[in-house]
Amino acid sequence: MSDVHHDHAHPHAPPPDADATLTYHQALELAVTSLLIEKNIFSAEDMRRQIEAMDARHPGLGGRMVAHAWVDPAYKARALANGSDAARELGLEIGPLKLIVVENTEAVHNLVVCTLCSCYPRMLLGLPPDWYKSRAYRSRAVREPRAVLAEFGTKIPDDVEVRVHDSTADMRYLVLPRRPAGTEGWSEERLAARATRDSMVGVALAQPA
Amino acid sequence: MSQDAVPARFAPGDRVVVREAHPPGHLRTPFYARGASGVIERLCGAFANPEELAFNRPGLPAQPLYRVRFRQAELWPDYAGPARDTIEIEIYQHWLEAAP
Repeated sequence: MSDVHHDHAHPHAPPPDADATLTYHQALELAVTSLLIEKNIFSAEDMRRQIEAMDARHPGLGGRMVAHAWVDPAYKARALANGSDAARELGLEIGPLKLIVVENTEAVHNLVVCTLCSCYPRMLLGLPPDWYKSRAYRSRAVREPRAVLAEFGTKIPDDVEVRVHDSTADMRYLVLPRRPAGTEGWSEERLAARATRDSMVGVALAQPA
Repeated sequence: MSQDAVPARFAPGDRVVVREAHPPGHLRTPFYARGASGVIERLCGAFANPEELAFNRPGLPAQPLYRVRFRQAELWPDYAGPARDTIEIEIYQHWLEAAP
């Protein structure tokens, strides 16, 4: 017993799995959340359910739009004209999302970033990856997009325009990647798996056949 | 989208300049675009002004929101990529002026 509860006063290193100390804003968020629950604005169960619903969103939803656009040129045209309507047309529940679909072509490669925060089409891609929210990605994607793309292993030739979309306000963006070669005759389900999350943000190309 | 919206002044293809302003408060116009000139790519609709919403005010009348296309070389004098590279940014009408 005395071996364990030694009585000297030196501080011990925190255990390796210790939670990080809360930042000011994390503490504020917890305080506001508990106040809202205490005042019955919403319940802890409401909040848990909402988190569960958001966590259930995944890139496969965006992938369905991409695959359908690959096989149906008329749908692609509608998606480029009005992304939100095109998502709803496939039965995807997107709430009030204002979606713009931008198409990669031989001449243009699109890349999405939100320099001001981390706006992302969560209803179609799920929660954004940590790198998307990082200050490094947010600041560098707008001023050296080709260097950022290269770090993701994506080399865009100089005769292709790199077009960055800074998602600064009310719209959200989905990149329609180019259909991989050798996928002629594939089912939409099989095609959808080629439209990876990263390809729909624009940091990568669709996965090859 | 309500009737309580400022009429749109610009159309796709119009040349515009982003106001070089630095008011306090919550802003959605990135610093790097201020003072730059670009071209209206599309009108996205009219939305309650986020600079007002941030302070729990109604943000009405709604402000037209545009996507404005800029040449990267216009925004970053030391831009390393090809001259054809561009960036499109959502900017509210009250931050835009017709290019001289």
